[in-house]
Amino acid sequence: MSYRNPLTPPRKSATFDDHTLAEIRRAAATGIYDIRGGGTKRKVPHFDDLLFLGASISRYPLEGYREKCDTAVVLGTRFARKPIELKIPITIAGMSFGALSGNAKEALGRGATAAGTSTTTGDGGMTDEERGHSQVLVYQVLPSRYGMNPKDLRRADAIEVVVGQGAKPGGGGMLLGQKISDRVAAMRNLPKGIDQRSACRHPDWTGPDDLEIKIMELREITDWEKPIYVKIGGARPYYDTALAVKAGADVVVLDGMQGGTAATQDVFIEHVGMPTLACIRPAVQALQELGMHRKVQLIVSGGIRSGADVAKALALGADAVAIGTAALVALGDNDPRWEEEYEKLGTTAGAYDDWHEGKDPAGITTQDPELMKRLDPVAAGRRLANYLKVMTLEAQTIARACGKNHLHNLEPEDLCALTLEAAAMAQVPLAGTSWYPGKGGF
Amino acid sequence: MPTFDLSAQTLRDLNGALHSVAEGSNDTAFEVINPRGSHSVAVGIDKPLTVNIRGSVGYYCAGMNDGGDVTVHGSAGPGVAENMMSGRVVVEGDASQYAGATGRGGLLVIRGNAASRCGISMKGIDIVVEGNIGHMSAFMGQSGHLVVLGDAGDALGDSLYEAKLFVRGTVKSLGADCIEKPMRPEHLEKLAELLSAAGVTGVSPEEFKRYGSARKLYNFNVDNADAY
Repeated sequence: MSYRNPLTPPRKSATFDDHTLAEIRRAAATGIYDIRGGGTKRKVPHFDDLLFLGASISRYPLEGYREKCDTAVVLGTRFARKPIELKIPITIAGMSFGALSGNAKEALGRGATAAGTSTTTGDGGMTDEERGHSQVLVYQVLPSRYGMNPKDLRRADAIEVVVGQGAKPGGGGMLLGQKISDRVAAMRNLPKGIDQRSACRHPDWTGPDDLEIKIMELREITDWEKPIYVKIGGARPYYDTALAVKAGADVVVLDGMQGGTAATQDVFIEHVGMPTLACIRPAVQALQELGMHRKVQLIVSGGIRSGADVAKALALGADAVAIGTAALVALGDNDPRWEEEYEKLGTTAGAYDDWHEGKDPAGITTQDPELMKRLDPVAAGRRLANYLKVMTLEAQTIARACGKNHLHNLEPEDLCALTLEAAAMAQVPLAGTSWYPGKGGF
Repeated sequence: MPTFDLSAQTLRDLNGALHSVAEGSNDTAFEVINPRGSHSVAVGIDKPLTVNIRGSVGYYCAGMNDGGDVTVHGSAGPGVAENMMSGRVVVEGDASQYAGATGRGGLLVIRGNAASRCGISMKGIDIVVEGNIGHMSAFMGQSGHLVVLGDAGDALGDSLYEAKLFVRGTVKSLGADCIEKPMRPEHLEKLAELLSAAGVTGVSPEEFKRYGSARKLYNFNVDNADAY
C-alpha cells in the first residue's frame, strides 16, 4: 500500500469571502455600485444582546392580566399648543409615497390608527390616502422639499424636520426613474421617468443656529400648534441631540444604522453610522444634562422588531420607538407566498431589497398598477394593527415582570448585557457582574 | 389699514393677525414698521393680502407665501419667499442666500442683488433679480424661471432639471449639466412677460441668454460619473 501525502481541503479567504468576491465581479461587470433598500445586513450589537433581570425578592412583579401597565405617551409637550397623545409608544416611521404605493400608505394609516398611534409621510409629500386613514399624521420637512406646501403643513398633526436617517447619515436619496409614475412626478414637480435626487442638506439652512430659525418659521406658519420633531441619523447622537434641543425641537427622532431606506448605496448602508444600541445612551445623556429628559421626547428607530426591543429601547431612556421595515413586513413585504416571483427576480423571500426597481411582488414598494392591486389595504392594515398590539402586549409583559406599571418606568437598572460590546454601548452591566466597560473600578 | 410696530408688538401678533383675516374681509392691507431684521416676518400668508414692510428683515420673510403681495422696503435675509406657492414678493434692496428656495409658484422680484443659491431647488416659482446673483444659483432647479439682469456667479444651474434661466450679464461658470441654449420666440415672449410683471422697463428680452439642462444626468450612467 503506497503512502499518500495528506491533503488539506481548499481554503477560502476570510477576507475575500464568497460575498466579497461576487461583489468585486459584479462591480467589474456593471461599473456601478450596488443600490438597495433596507438597513444594514451585517451583524451588529443589538437589543438581542441585552436581557431583562425581572423582579425577585428585592422588587416585586405586577400581575400579568390584572394589574395595569400603561403604554400611553404624549409627544411635543415642550412648545406645541397641541401635543400628540398616542395609546402606544410605537410609531410608524417616515416612508415616502413614491417609494411605497398609495395602497401601502393607506394600509399603514389604517393599521396605526387602529392601534392608536401615528404614521409619518416621507420624501414625496402627503397623499390623501395617508391623511385620510391616519388619525395622527406626522409631516416630514426634508431637504428635497418634494410635495412641500403650507396646506399640508397645517393639516398635519406634527412636523418632522429630517436632518438624517440611520441607513445613511450624511446622505441624500435617489428615486430611480422606473418608479416615477405620472402621479409621483406631479407631486414632485419633475418630468416622468427621470431619476429624482434628494439632496443631503436642506436648501435654506445649515447648522444649529439656522435650524433654530427654521423651526421658529414652521411654528409661526402653523401658529405654534404642531409639535416639531427633528430626525437625526445615528452618527454623533450626543451632540446632535443637544443641538436639536438647542434649536427648539419638541421631539428628537434618533435612527440607528439598522433603520431602512428605500434606496441607497450598499456601501453607505453598511459602512456609515452607528448601531441603534450605541446611539441611545449618548442621546439620553445629552437630554439629561440639559434637564430635558422626558421634556423633549426621544423616539428611537432602527431594527425594532418585537415588544422586547420596544421595552429595551424604553428602558435605556427612549420615550417611544418607530418602526419601518417591520411594519412593511407586517403588511406583507418579503412574504414567502411570493417566493416563485422573488426567485425570478434573482432573490428569495427575506432577502428582497431591490425596492427601488419597482417590481415588488408584494405590491408594497412599487408604483406598478397591477402589482399594487396585490395589497389589500384593509387586510394589510389589520395585520399591522395586530402586530402593533402584539408588540405592545409583549412590552407590557416584560414591564410587569420588572414591576413597572408604565412602560416608561423601565430603566437601565432592569437590564444586563450578554456581551462586552453591548455592555459598553448600553452602559448596563455584563450579566453576572456589576461592571461595564467605561465604568470605573478597574 | 392695520399697522404692526415690531418694536412694540410681537412677531406672533403680526403673523397671527395675517392668518386670521376672515374671508371677504376689507382689512387686507397691512403695514409693518420697525422690522429691525426680524425673522419669519409675514410667513404662511394664505389669502390675497397686501403687506408692506418698512425696513429690512431677517430669515424667511414671506416664507410659504400663498397669495399674498409682500413688499420689503429694505433688504431681506436668507430664504426670502422660501417655498412660495403663489402671490408676489418684492425686495426693494438686496437679498441674502437661498432667495426663493424650493418655491412652487408666484413671483419673487429682487431689485438689488441676490447672494448665493438664489432659486435653489426651485419648483415653479418665477424669480427676477435686477442686480447680480451669487454662486450655485438655481442648483437642482426643477421648474420655473430665473431672470437675472446683472451677472451670475460660479456654477449656475448645477444639476439643473427643467428650470429655465435667463441672464443678461456674464456667467462666471456653469454648473454640472447646465448649458447655454438657443433663445426661441416662446422664450422671448415669456421673458417679456416676466420683465413686465416685475415692473422692469428699458430692458429688451433680446439682451439675455438662456441656460437650461443638458439632461445628461437625468438617468444615472457610470460613464458620467466624472460630472458628479
